[in-house]
Amino acid sequence: MTEVLSKALPITVRNVTKTYGAVHALDDVSLEVKSGEFLTLLGPSGSGKTTLLMVLAGFTRPDGGSLKFGEDEVIRKPPHLRDVGMVFQNYALFPHMTVAGNVGYPLRLRKTPKAEIDERVEQALETVQLGGYGPRRITQLSGGQKQRVAVARSIVFEPRILLMDEPLSALDKKLRDQMQIELRDLHEKLGMTTVYVTHDQREALTMSDRIAVVNHGRIMQLGTPQEIYDAPANRFVADFIGDSTFLPVIQENGEVTYAGTPLKHAGSPSRTDKLLLMIRPERLQLAPTDVSDTANLFEATVSNVVYQGDSYVMYAHLPDGTEVSLRGGIRGNAVAELAAPGDRVALALDAADTVLIADHDG
Amino acid sequence: MADVSLHMPHSDGLRRDGRLERLRLFGLSSPALLMVLVVLVIPVGWLFYVSFIGANGQFSLENYERMIERKSYYRIFVTTFQVSFLTTGLCILIGYPLAYFMSQLPNRWANIALITVLVPFWTSLLVRTYAWLVLLQKQGLVNQWAISLGVWDEPIKIVHNMTGTLIGMVHIMLPFLILPVYNAMKAIDHDYLKAASNLGASPRRAFWTVFFPLSAPGLLAGSLMVFVLCLGFFVTPAVLGGGKVIMVSMKIVSNIELFVNWGAASALGVVLLVLTVAILWVASRFTSLSNMTGGGH
Repeated sequence: MTEVLSKALPITVRNVTKTYGAVHALDDVSLEVKSGEFLTLLGPSGSGKTTLLMVLAGFTRPDGGSLKFGEDEVIRKPPHLRDVGMVFQNYALFPHMTVAGNVGYPLRLRKTPKAEIDERVEQALETVQLGGYGPRRITQLSGGQKQRVAVARSIVFEPRILLMDEPLSALDKKLRDQMQIELRDLHEKLGMTTVYVTHDQREALTMSDRIAVVNHGRIMQLGTPQEIYDAPANRFVADFIGDSTFLPVIQENGEVTYAGTPLKHAGSPSRTDKLLLMIRPERLQLAPTDVSDTANLFEATVSNVVYQGDSYVMYAHLPDGTEVSLRGGIRGNAVAELAAPGDRVALALDAADTVLIADHDG
Repeated sequence: MADVSLHMPHSDGLRRDGRLERLRLFGLSSPALLMVLVVLVIPVGWLFYVSFIGANGQFSLENYERMIERKSYYRIFVTTFQVSFLTTGLCILIGYPLAYFMSQLPNRWANIALITVLVPFWTSLLVRTYAWLVLLQKQGLVNQWAISLGVWDEPIKIVHNMTGTLIGMVHIMLPFLILPVYNAMKAIDHDYLKAASNLGASPRRAFWTVFFPLSAPGLLAGSLMVFVLCLGFFVTPAVLGGGKVIMVSMKIVSNIELFVNWGAASALGVVLLVLTVAILWVASRFTSLSNMTGGGH
């Protein structure tokens, strides 16, 4: 199935709009998915990410716009002629067919010879590590196995584009983590352009080449996981991905100050937007152990320390009452030696981690 | 293990509790069991018993022998199956598309459609049958309209024969087919059809390869229900058949009312019962009978 790699197709979405009554499910969305890329649409429920996926699959007819797979305009093409694979949230495996019946279904529709069907079905099942499961009934499978069968069915006809609609949301955490890696490996192996929908930010960060953060029917930010996490475009993106605390800062005379103290920061946002300082818990440090002179220091009063096994979280109040959290690693008896509630501590934030973002929701 | 369990604390007491609980549960269900005995086991047993009593009051097989010897009985069974098959077939042809249409309606409209199916279902059987008699007779509404619209030139006979019987039977049986089919169709997740479409199936292919097979248990259950009910049906063929469509149930009535021959009537009843059970048994090998009673999947 390696020849698929050369057959992966780019997707071009131009000015696609879809309204339901007064609600803009998709508000003039434009997006390019590169050939062979793994792109995730990430957003809260009702953000329009699923609507966009349904437009790609052909199940939702937009009000207007253009959609190209490669060079072909497909916006008016019915779903059964689009030749894209899709993994549904609830798998949508046909309960009246066996595993092999399900996986072979798209091949039978394409009038593939019987012997070839058998061979390719088995090959697809082996790809998802379910070799020999062909004769089983769908009801005999566990959630994880159903998920794999659904994937096998969506890749067996070698589509050049693969769509996945929250395929892991029904699985328990351990299996989900494992399947994330497997799906990612599968993508490396097969190389088809993949659009993946999820509301789970960790899943998006783990799996994607690029992430499109969607809200209110618009794409808030499109970038690599690191860009999205480290330099969120606005407050919504910063809030949705990872934990963060926002502090109001003032920008004047080329200086950015918080509570009267100038901040050392890396990049500076160009515009005169209202700005916020974004603090990620894992980027804060307890001072003063080896505070570099490139760090910003904050005085705070500890309010609580929570032990979480692999790490601890310390909650502390800044003088203006804002609560910040600090996540730290645990080694030895580190927790026992930590500050207790009521203690005054100094928190350090490296200049490189001092991220200023625009104070709007996009 | 067995040794260990003997020494577990309270094991004797717990075992006694279990026995007591089973006894109590049996006691609680005894009224229902008694009911089954009184209204089912005794009457049906009595039916079997009477069917083996001859005209002289002694044990005899004459009631069954008569059925085999006389041609008229053979014809009656043939007619009964004919009417049942035709009614079931027509119900499927009319009811399946109707149920499909209903299942695709938005909920509000589906409920209205469902009520229009159910209202006749709740109306007296006799009223509906006589209504058809009025509609279908020579000077009835159907003939009048057909003539004024030029469909046919002079009144034709559409009642007091097989045609009339079938029209009435289909009308009365239709809800029994539509309801289980509609239920089965409602339970089909739209994602199955989306998946089929995504995998390359045209709407027609998706219907035949996915929707129809998934609705088939409901269709089988409904058809079975209609067929079994038809086998023992009396009022409609008696009123609309005009004496030309004699079914088993009608022969049973005449055996009792005209000839006061309880033995012959019982034997017919037994044969009908056995045939019905046999058909249900065969069908149960293909579908779960719980589909029929609305017990779900």
